[in-house]
Amino acid sequence: MSTALAEMPRSAPAPRQVSIATTRNLTKSYGAVVALRDFNLDVHAGELLALLGPNGAGKTTLVRTLLGVARPDSGRVSVFGDDPHQGRVQPRLGAMLQVGRVPETLRVREHIDLFSSYYPKPLPLQETFQIAGIEDIRDRPFGELSGGQKQRVLFGIAICGDPDLLFLDEPTVGLDVEARRLMWSQIRTLIARGKTVLLTTHYLNEADALADRILVLDKGSIVAEGTPAEIKARAMGKQVRCTSRLSLAEVQRIPGVLSVKADRNAFELQVNAAEPVVRELLQRDSWLGDLEVTNAGLEEAFLALTQNNHAEAANGRN
Amino acid sequence: MAAITFPAVAIAPRRTLSRTIALYAKEARYELLKNIRIPIYAISTVAFPVMFYVLFGIVLGSGNPANRNENATYMLATMGCFGVMAVALFGFGVSLAMERGQGWLQVKRASPMPVSAYFFGKLCSALTFSTVIMLLLLAIGYSFGGVRMPITTAARLVGILVAGAIPFSAMGMAIGYFAKPNSAPGLVNLIYLPMSFCSGLWIPLFLLPHGLRTFAKLLPPYHLSQLALNAVGMVNHPTPAWGHVEALLAFTLLCLGVAAWGYRRDEGKTYG
Repeated sequence: MSTALAEMPRSAPAPRQVSIATTRNLTKSYGAVVALRDFNLDVHAGELLALLGPNGAGKTTLVRTLLGVARPDSGRVSVFGDDPHQGRVQPRLGAMLQVGRVPETLRVREHIDLFSSYYPKPLPLQETFQIAGIEDIRDRPFGELSGGQKQRVLFGIAICGDPDLLFLDEPTVGLDVEARRLMWSQIRTLIARGKTVLLTTHYLNEADALADRILVLDKGSIVAEGTPAEIKARAMGKQVRCTSRLSLAEVQRIPGVLSVKADRNAFELQVNAAEPVVRELLQRDSWLGDLEVTNAGLEEAFLALTQNNHAEAANGRN
Repeated sequence: MAAITFPAVAIAPRRTLSRTIALYAKEARYELLKNIRIPIYAISTVAFPVMFYVLFGIVLGSGNPANRNENATYMLATMGCFGVMAVALFGFGVSLAMERGQGWLQVKRASPMPVSAYFFGKLCSALTFSTVIMLLLLAIGYSFGGVRMPITTAARLVGILVAGAIPFSAMGMAIGYFAKPNSAPGLVNLIYLPMSFCSGLWIPLFLLPHGLRTFAKLLPPYHLSQLALNAVGMVNHPTPAWGHVEALLAFTLLCLGVAAWGYRRDEGKTYG
């Protein structure tokens, strides 16, 4: 069933977007390190919003603040119209957090049974086991599970209360490809059930595969926002490969060239748009050969987004 | 179109009373199960006081048959106190430090679990282990140390010492909010072993130097052991029990205050 859901096209976003979790001018520091800086967020009902960013971007801090576990230094946080720190909205929230160690001697079904008891209207245990894919390991102690199985149990803990808003903090970190695909299809099952999901990840392909909307975070601020397609278009640019008699310095001077790697007369250029650069190259060097234009990889795109931000920050300081 | 903020406070239905009771009961049950299944915890907290009681209360006291049962009764009170302390300090303090430092407490706090349920579970586990230890020590004293006392006296002794797990659970809570997961066990040992000795749990206070006897009055285990010794008629010049109860009460409040401070401090920090 979950595979069928996984292949289903995502429905178009609702015309009226209802924001169920918001932050306004949220700032949070740990000592001298600013984790979030004047952060404004809106999570819309029914969407899967991915927060994408490297370690230390502020993703986990944002999740913890929205859950009411961490307190903001300044700014407003609202979840379902209430301050999450007051502890009243938690019955409608579920969270899969990064955790160093889970009590290992309790069995899977005992963990799920306990967390289910915290919620006013939990799913039947059997249904939680099914959605999380942990039926076959329900009687095993947590300590004996593999990495992927442990993540699925934490996923089960997040969904067992049948919450309306789910926070998944790097749910597939450290998982192999197969376990990651399985987790993805489980996350899609949630969306099909009408849940709102806030996902953090540092894998661009994960955000691309799951999200309706992506926020790219770096150093506590949003550096890009849009649909996966928009983010890719904005960030990715193209990669141009060629052999040329031009010098490295000459190639670097061509407008629109972001970066160049040269190996003798073979060049590899990162560019925003390929056409003007290629035109320029051909004009300047009639011997130009082996021309090849490709889409930049997702990882390059991601790097470009966050590195631009770093460069701007560095320029700002100078 | 601009996003609008969710209009009204839409709070989930309140938990019914029966579900609340079930929640607390489950928390306690699973905390106990979790601890019973950790061999090092179950064995060390139960086996150590039993071993020391056999050694100090039974074997070393057997040389002089005249006061054999007296020695066994005395040590029943003091080793009982020692055992209860370990259960509370490790079961509450070390386990809190671990779960807090390794991020598990944060997972629980992110759920709708009432924080009080978490501590209730830990306290229930400590009280259960304390009861088991006391019953074991009583059985050993009765079988091998010639301990004889009316059942009401025995019940009072067990009651006092098991209730004594409460102030030390509070102490464990205070430690648990400040100790790092890896250093917590060492820290607890560093505090509680010397404190036990100085309170006269190993060697009766009247055999210790005068200075130490005065110092002991500042230590909570001294007050708990005096209450226990009082209950079994092992104090020559009984001081009023209320003094000891007050001391333990003040100590409990102090520890809870420190724990509350640590709890608030945690909210500004991140772990894991």
